[in-house]
This record gives sequence, C-alpha cells and structure tokens, in this order.
Amino acid sequence: MDAILFLLFAAIAVVCGINVVVQTHPISSALSLVGVMGSLAALYLLLGGEFIAAAQLIVYAGAIMVLFIFVIMLLNAGKEKKLPRRLWVKFAGIPLLAIFIGIVAFVIQRMLPVTEGVKFGAMTHGNPQELGRALFNVYVLPFEVTSVLILIAILGAVVLASKEIE
Amino acid sequence: MPEIPLPQSVPLAWYLILSAILFTLGVAGFLFRRNVITVFISIELMLNAVNLSFVTFSYKFKQVDGHIFSFFVMVVAAAEAAVGLAIILTIFKNRQTLEIDEVSSLKN
Repeated sequence: MDAILFLLFAAIAVVCGINVVVQTHPISSALSLVGVMGSLAALYLLLGGEFIAAAQLIVYAGAIMVLFIFVIMLLNAGKEKKLPRRLWVKFAGIPLLAIFIGIVAFVIQRMLPVTEGVKFGAMTHGNPQELGRALFNVYVLPFEVTSVLILIAILGAVVLASKEIE
Repeated sequence: MPEIPLPQSVPLAWYLILSAILFTLGVAGFLFRRNVITVFISIELMLNAVNLSFVTFSYKFKQVDGHIFSFFVMVVAAAEAAVGLAIILTIFKNRQTLEIDEVSSLKN
C-alpha cells in the first residue's frame, strides 16, 4: 500500500514537474506547480510530517501560488516567444538531462544501501507539539531572525512595488 | 496476469531520487525558460525538491530537525517570492517586457 501511494504521488509530482518546465504559458506552469506541491504534501504525510504537510498546503499551495497567479494576471503575461535554439541544445539536452538524473540516482542508491524502508506511521515526531517544542526551545533564535527577515521582505516589497517611475 | 513485485515498504532512496529528479527539472527550467515568472517558478520547484530531501532525512534519523529546516525554507521562500515578484513588477513597469534576455542593462 505504501509503495502504491508513493508511486502514485511521485508520478503526479514528476509529470507536473515536467509540465512546469515544458509549458510556455506562465499560468500553466504555475498551476502545474500546484500539482507538484499537493503531491509533495501527500509524500510528507507518508514520511510522518503532519505539520509540514499542512504548512506546505497552506503556505506554498495557498499563499505563494496566489501571489504568483496575481502577478501573472496583473502583468497579463502571455506565451513565451519561440526563439531558435542551437542544434545541439535541441537534440542533446533531454538525453543529457536523463543521463545526469541516472547518475545521481545511481549515486544515491550506492550511498544508501538497503536500509529499512519507509513505513507509514513509523515516524511520530512530526506532530505540531514536538515541532513547536523544538522550534521554541532549540531553534528560537533562528525563528526570531526569520520573523525579522519577513518584516524586511514586506517593507522591501512595498517600497519596490510602490515606487513611481518617471 | 503477471504480478508486479512491489516492496512492502518504500526504500528511502526512492524519496531522494524523486527529490533529485524534481531539482534537476527545476534547474532545467531555470536555464531554458526565458519568461521571468517561469524562471521564478522553477526556483520554487527547486526549493520544494530540497524540502523533500530534508523531510526524508528527518525520517531516517527519526528527529524533528529536518522538519524545522524545511519550515524555515518555506518561510524564506515566501519572503523571496514577495520581494522577487515586486522586482518583476518594477522591471515590467520600466521596460514593458518579461523576457529575461531583454533585461540586459547590467551587461558589459
């Protein structure tokens, strides 16, 4: 059952990921990215990360993607213009990419010999309680620094977007 | 009908390979697309792939630190998206284009 669920969501993630790269219209890319994020949230659940799965759906698939789609609609972004690519890029690109992925997969297989597999429910530390305890005890300084970072980002975004250009 | 042999539990390496595939796709989109917004979306794809490997290693060591790291990655991605999209808006206001090749005033 675990393997079936993993393969299902991994297939959705890979197909949507390919779609993100292949589509020429930004809105199609953005909507495919929502598919990737949703299936990744399901995979986090399989790995026992309940809080991270929920945060993935709310923060990424909710907030960030809405921001993207707002900007795409606001700028009325159209299709990408087709420019002629060099010949070797056209024919060697995809095989080279596949070879690279194959090498990386081989290295990962070699470095992680057969360990215990992922069983749903074996990891019980991903609940919000444990996460909050770690976040507010061990990682309290990074947490506060991140809040300052967010504040600066908000100010920067407001200043950049409201600047009048003569 | 032949039975497809499926392992009872998923090997940990599969998650990492999926993460590598998604990261590579993100790099490919980052390099090959010319629309600024699509390039930005590819960056988000790469961040997501890294998050997946963080959560996978967190499972392997049965500790919560990987989850916290991917939480921080999410926060930084939100900040980055806000600032980056503001920059894209400014570029568009200045030049009326989203093509990344036409924004080249820092070249040479």
